[in-house]
Amino acid sequence: MTRIDTSGPGRVPPTPSHTVGPFYGYALPFPGGEDVAPLGHPDTVTVHGYVRDGEGAPLPDALIEVWGADPGGRVPRADGSLRRDPASGGYLGRNGVEFTGWGRVQTDADGHWYVRTLRPGARGNSAPYLSVCVFARGLLVHLFTRIYLPGDEAALAADPLLRRLDEERRATLIARDEGAAYRFDIRLQGEGETVFLEYQ
Amino acid sequence: MALTQHDIDQEMAAEREAYEKRLAGGAPVEHHPRRDYAPYRSSVLRHPRQPAVAIDVTKDPEMVELSSPAFGERDLTAIDDDLTRQHPGEPIGERITVSGRVLDREGRPVRGQLVEIWQANSAGRYAHQREQHAAPLDPNFTGTGRTLTDGEGRYRFTTIQPGPYPWRNHENAWRPAHIHFSLFGSAFTQRLVTQMYFPNDPLFPHDPILHSVTDPAARQRLIATYEHGLSVPEFSLGYHWDIVLDGPHATWLEEGR
Ligand SMILES: [Fe+3]
Repeated sequence: MTRIDTSGPGRVPPTPSHTVGPFYGYALPFPGGEDVAPLGHPDTVTVHGYVRDGEGAPLPDALIEVWGADPGGRVPRADGSLRRDPASGGYLGRNGVEFTGWGRVQTDADGHWYVRTLRPGARGNSAPYLSVCVFARGLLVHLFTRIYLPGDEAALAADPLLRRLDEERRATLIARDEGAAYRFDIRLQGEGETVFLEYQ
Repeated sequence: MALTQHDIDQEMAAEREAYEKRLAGGAPVEHHPRRDYAPYRSSVLRHPRQPAVAIDVTKDPEMVELSSPAFGERDLTAIDDDLTRQHPGEPIGERITVSGRVLDREGRPVRGQLVEIWQANSAGRYAHQREQHAAPLDPNFTGTGRTLTDGEGRYRFTTIQPGPYPWRNHENAWRPAHIHFSLFGSAFTQRLVTQMYFPNDPLFPHDPILHSVTDPAARQRLIATYEHGLSVPEFSLGYHWDIVLDGPHATWLEEGR
């Protein structure tokens, strides 16, 4: 039954998730997907890392999406992440002015990825973070996690999610400050397995 | 020794049986696959062993995951929703029209959001360097499309009927014909990537990816319906497929207060 009956009062059942598979390459990644920050913005941060499987092997076919608030903690409302040229149909890239808050990047052959975005501001009760959604061949349902940036220890200590985790698990959600960039590895399984989230 | 289809069939049957036992024991219906579904071999090393940490969104309605990225007309070109017109010539194959609505769990339309699709060509070959299946590439078909849902949550694509294709999960493994879909809702928590199948495909019983959805009713929701009214005279056959996004979103919270 693929026509969903919305006439009744109850909730309708969801469409099941499936893996992204290995062949999304012409469809989902786009030039500049990882460069979310407007050009020359002083609050730009670079976050990079590796995605690894249960044996520690890098994933050359994972797709990462990052979604975050602007430095003032506001939700970005601008479209134009995938801005196109109506003549050629090709990608123009972001306009370098507006902040869409959303980025998409494929891991390279080493399982490495990066995004350059704006340092997120705090919202609600949480310490500032970037929301992350991970897709990969072999992953039947995508995985959500968060990248918290180090620095404000008081804010991290008060964060409602981080407070619930033991020290080892908590550490998987906090990027490491490398000076020029932040390092955030994603371990799908095994030693140092990243904390993944389920929203209810 | 390579796994045979028979081995995989037995594993799938065992998974189905285990699910039925869980149901009989009072466990809830499982609308989505479990991430550790071994008959799909690539899942073995790529699923977390630790349980996901539950986040109660009602405790923090400001969390950024309860909003979604925005997409607009400048993210598209006029022929992004017609995969048969993206090259100088006509692609080979049977033209199809695929249309439906994107809804939330309340049955309300998801408006103005991005729908992306990708698929194999009519010979079952993807335009992708890692794809080594020895079927012909079609110079007039890349197999990717994009659109925004309208005011009623509707989407519509014109494309080519994709072919089934072999893969290396086990010996003689074939995927039923399918179109990959990527969807955004009104909240990032509703993000969905999935696959749409075509009715009556003889490969259904053999495919561990389809059967990773162990609930039979949920599996049915992945299969489009042939709809004659959607067929375009002298041009294409029509398939209807509605998509329901799971996951909490901000509107629930407002109504729940
Ligand atoms: Fe596929």
